[in-house]
Amino acid sequence: MTSLFMIVITAAFVDNVVLNQFLGLCSFLGVSKQIETAGSLGAAVIFVITIASGVANLLYDFVLDPLGLSYLQTIVFILVIAALVQMVEMFLKKAVPALHSALGIYLPLITTNCAVLGVALNNVTDGYNFIQSVLAGFGTAVGYTIAIVVLAGIRERLAYNENIPKAFQGAPIVLLSAALMAIAFCGFSGLA
Amino acid sequence: MNKYTERIYNGVVKENPTFIMMLGMCPTLAVTTSAINGFGMGVSTLAVLILSNLIISALRKVIPDQVRLPAYIVIVASLVTVIQLLIQAYIPFLYDALGIYIPLIVVNCIILGRAEAYAAKNPPLLSVMDGLGMGLGFTLALTLIGIVRELFGAGTLFGVQVMPGFYEPVAILTKAPGAFLVLAIIIAIMNGAQIDTAANDKVESCDGCCATCGKPCATPKQETAETKEGETV
Repeated sequence: MTSLFMIVITAAFVDNVVLNQFLGLCSFLGVSKQIETAGSLGAAVIFVITIASGVANLLYDFVLDPLGLSYLQTIVFILVIAALVQMVEMFLKKAVPALHSALGIYLPLITTNCAVLGVALNNVTDGYNFIQSVLAGFGTAVGYTIAIVVLAGIRERLAYNENIPKAFQGAPIVLLSAALMAIAFCGFSGLA
Repeated sequence: MNKYTERIYNGVVKENPTFIMMLGMCPTLAVTTSAINGFGMGVSTLAVLILSNLIISALRKVIPDQVRLPAYIVIVASLVTVIQLLIQAYIPFLYDALGIYIPLIVVNCIILGRAEAYAAKNPPLLSVMDGLGMGLGFTLALTLIGIVRELFGAGTLFGVQVMPGFYEPVAILTKAPGAFLVLAIIIAIMNGAQIDTAANDKVESCDGCCATCGKPCATPKQETAETKEGETV
């Protein structure tokens, strides 16, 4: 039980997917202008990564590995993730329209979010079983959400700051904020 | 300058994927802890890019428009798997250093971006030169960032001690926060020199979303309907 809990904590804080592993960086920098949108994207990412890491694990353990096809994992995972996102979108549209209207526009954007593929591949490297994979996926996505929401909060403040040197306005100041956040997250490294 | 060398110039200087277009930021920040890692990642991506541009360009009249993105992804993923196995077999130290970032070349925006923006519309030889140019630009950028981080963060260059003994390495530059710091300073320098890049919105890019890279990154944004349709896997 403790080890399962540690998997979530490690994935969310110690090995933070954005600030430590640089995965999902594009959307981290691109969709973090407002807390609200960042939060919605985060929710969609939690949803997709948790499901995708479970499905990827089942595929690897019961299809690819027994057949000796583990070298096909990259191709299979990326296709499965793309198809899965599509299916999740269709399912939500039919079954939970409210959730679909909240997350809908973000779902297609997640298909090629490298964090999703990264988690699936990491789970294989770490030799996780089904439950561990799902928890690691969930933890990773929670870490992503925390990072993007915090950065969005900083950026909402930065938008009203007029003291930033001209050369540092825009992307540089956002990256500097991310650097400071990364330093702060280094403090978690003693946990695991 | 003929149209073939123009492609090289375009990739290395005019539309440099890293410094001007701000594409493929995940590997750029993750593997540039040392010059050799940055160079290795750059060359791996270069190889995938040339081959994927060649194959996609050769098949551009065969692949139906509706399923082009899944088709591209399968082609790119197959090439990446081949490169990954080759690196694992012949350059094991690089395989250990780059780790998960080798398979993640699949989702590098530069590759799908060039496939959609260039290779799908141009003949094979020109597409190969385009891939070569973009790949060289990417390799150059990654090696440069790697050199800066390794030189100031560890005092070495390609593993050889170059800084004098009294120099105290700024170890944080080789850690995760250092990647953000170095990139922030590079973009600030570009801004200060008033070079038009995606960072100061002078060049249209995919605005932080790799998925929208299915459409040409260098051209003005269009309605997302096209992307939506393309995503229907």
